[in-house]
Amino acid sequence: MAESTFIYVTYIRTTPDALWKALTDTDFIPQWWMGVRTETDWKIGAPWKLVLTDGRTADSGEVLEFEPPKRLALKWRNEFMPELTEEGWSHCLFELEPQAEAVKLTVTHSIPREDSKLIKAVSGGWPQILSNLKSLVETGQPVVSRKPEVAQA
Amino acid sequence: MNDDAVFAALADPTRRRLLDRLREASGQTLSELCEGLEMSRQAVTKHLGILEAANLVATRRQGREKLHYLNPVPIQGIAERWIARFQERQLAALSALKASLETPKPD
Repeated sequence: MAESTFIYVTYIRTTPDALWKALTDTDFIPQWWMGVRTETDWKIGAPWKLVLTDGRTADSGEVLEFEPPKRLALKWRNEFMPELTEEGWSHCLFELEPQAEAVKLTVTHSIPREDSKLIKAVSGGWPQILSNLKSLVETGQPVVSRKPEVAQA
Repeated sequence: MNDDAVFAALADPTRRRLLDRLREASGQTLSELCEGLEMSRQAVTKHLGILEAANLVATRRQGREKLHYLNPVPIQGIAERWIARFQERQLAALSALKASLETPKPD
């Protein structure tokens, strides 16, 4: 299989609209993304980037799909670790599906190459970020507001 | 998700073995997961169904294949519930102790 993919799924007790807002409100994102800021205007084709707390650009790319409150897709490349940058573009998809009293959030991050270091690197961070998002949306409190070292993409 | 479903799913050694195999290589088909297991496909399918219901396994269709992925989010939630929160309490306790020691006021 010439691709590397992870899929993470979480169920969040909220509405698709509220979750969509949490995912795309650039003022709100740092609260669940360990202080990492997102810069974009969310127009399809617009540039997108993740900026670390120290001001470095962690990742950059482009908005590929923006379909509130259902699908958000990003073209994504790491920008601060050369061996990850050289792997080129990955694809990150957020899908929201209402389920009873919750929303099923599926994050699929993939790159068309085997044994991707990028996918390995980001897959360690996503469970904590998603868990933080869930906790913040459901209770108003994140689990962890900021990581001591921001090594993940 | 439902903690009971997560713990029930994790209570079975075969299911933990399936999760270990997905940790080694995520995105496997049923046939790949059956390799080397002394078990019928039906039995493996049933175990995967329990893991998926507990949200420990996520699946995706690719052409005719169904690929299985390890989903560590529920286990992360468990760790946070009993570890991260516990540490917060310790920190809160220390901070309360510090405050009470530094404020000489009988209670």
